[in-house]
Amino acid sequence: MGARGALVPDAAVQAADVVVRAVDVHKRFGRLEVLKGVDLEVPRGAVVCIIGPSGSGKSTFLRCVNHLEKIDAGRIEVNGRLIGYRERNGKLVEDSEKSIARQRAEIGIVFQRFNLFPHMTALENIIEAPVHVRGVPRRDAVVGAEALLERVGLADKRDVYPGKLSGGQQQRVAIARALAMNPTLMLFDEATSALDPEMIGEVLDVMKVLAREGMTMIVVTHEMGFAREAADRVAMMDDGRIVEEGRPEEFFVAPKEERTRQFLSKILA
Amino acid sequence: MLAAVDWHVVWERLFHPDEIFLRALLTTVYIAVAAQILGVVLGLLAALMRMSHLAPLRWLSGFYVLIFRGTPLLVQIFFVYYGVNLLFGFALIPTTLDFGLFTMDGAVFAGILALGLNEGAYMREIIRAGIDAIDRGQMEAARSLGMRHGLAMRRIVLPQAARVIVPPLGNEFNAMIKNTSLVFTIGVYEMFSDAEIHYSQTFQPVEFFGAVAIWYLVLTSVWTVIQAAIERKLAASERADELTLWERIVESWTPVQAWARGAR
Repeated sequence: MGARGALVPDAAVQAADVVVRAVDVHKRFGRLEVLKGVDLEVPRGAVVCIIGPSGSGKSTFLRCVNHLEKIDAGRIEVNGRLIGYRERNGKLVEDSEKSIARQRAEIGIVFQRFNLFPHMTALENIIEAPVHVRGVPRRDAVVGAEALLERVGLADKRDVYPGKLSGGQQQRVAIARALAMNPTLMLFDEATSALDPEMIGEVLDVMKVLAREGMTMIVVTHEMGFAREAADRVAMMDDGRIVEEGRPEEFFVAPKEERTRQFLSKILA
Repeated sequence: MLAAVDWHVVWERLFHPDEIFLRALLTTVYIAVAAQILGVVLGLLAALMRMSHLAPLRWLSGFYVLIFRGTPLLVQIFFVYYGVNLLFGFALIPTTLDFGLFTMDGAVFAGILALGLNEGAYMREIIRAGIDAIDRGQMEAARSLGMRHGLAMRRIVLPQAARVIVPPLGNEFNAMIKNTSLVFTIGVYEMFSDAEIHYSQTFQPVEFFGAVAIWYLVLTSVWTVIQAAIERKLAASERADELTLWERIVESWTPVQAWARGAR
């Protein structure tokens, strides 16, 4: 909590306090270059919202942060360690599956389409990774999962299969599932875009509480209200680059870039 | 015309089968089950090999399907039974196999091997289609939680693929039950051999082949019922509206139980 008040998002931040450092990240799908040099730093405890038109590369960048996508140039460090790659003689080579998996376990991601495991109940979804990846005894994992379900307001849905839950409920279970691994970083990939309007609020509320508790978050979103209220920094992405970044109060009131102004006027109209 | 049929013989074959026949029926069933299990195992291996990033494994998988799906089953059965020992220069298919608890005739073993090898080639495609049918997001979600590929496959993808695989697998097993009759040609005493021997002694083809056809029908019908039960069970958890009768009963009692525990 205190970290948010004392947020200093510039050179004064010590290296150890930076959770994500992306430097000149490039990514192409075949001949299409989706990321054209993205730089981003996320200090511990900060909430960074990435906004921008669809196709600007925001989701792709987010997926690079836990190496669901490979990158073609540049580097991404999470908690001070390269993700997905190892440095050998000054060159980056793909890391082993084992160490990528270990790093991913520290990073929670919430997908647009929830991606809950349909053959498992809400509780089973949440304890799956703690039990089978971390080797937590099942009984302890269940206690933790019940607490998480309580936190996202779904204690009564413990034994319900995802197919019987509403979109908003599924997404809250998905958040609980990611939190069960005690991540040091949470990624949200348009977590509310697939939801009916009346369910968006319940998911955003959970995310706001998480932000208030000091979780480090990168949030790709179209919810400007959330960005304004919960973000420490807002980054505008367009055509594979971050074109503008700033505190929400400045960013929304007086955007510097013409591209940002255009986008905001369209989306806030 | 039908007067020529000795209905008494048919009746006896169906309702008072002798012990030899029952043993033949058991042989049919266990050849079918063993060969199907072998086929599923081989099919799963071949499907995983086909998705491997190692090219030789993919080639091997493709070669396997090419051979076993592209040649007649009967040829494969003869090849395995008569050819394999000569090909490898040692008794891969022995006269009898001693498993300690029971012994198995070499011809039965060869039959299971040939039927299983053949079945594996078809199962590979079915299993691969099942895996392909699972949304990519499932694998991504599993990997993002720190699971390695093998664990994610085993815990997340394959259990879901199983639901897709079960209906075509059921059809395969139905075909397998009937295909076991081909091992009669290498001297296995199963249901069809039994019918054929009685026919050759009595020249009553309608009675004996008719009766054995009905027995095959009984086996495939029993399987159809079992298959339907399995499919219902698999579907129950995913789609809320397709609960089994038992689950509905349990469900309807939940509020009563809650009340009994003191809930208001």
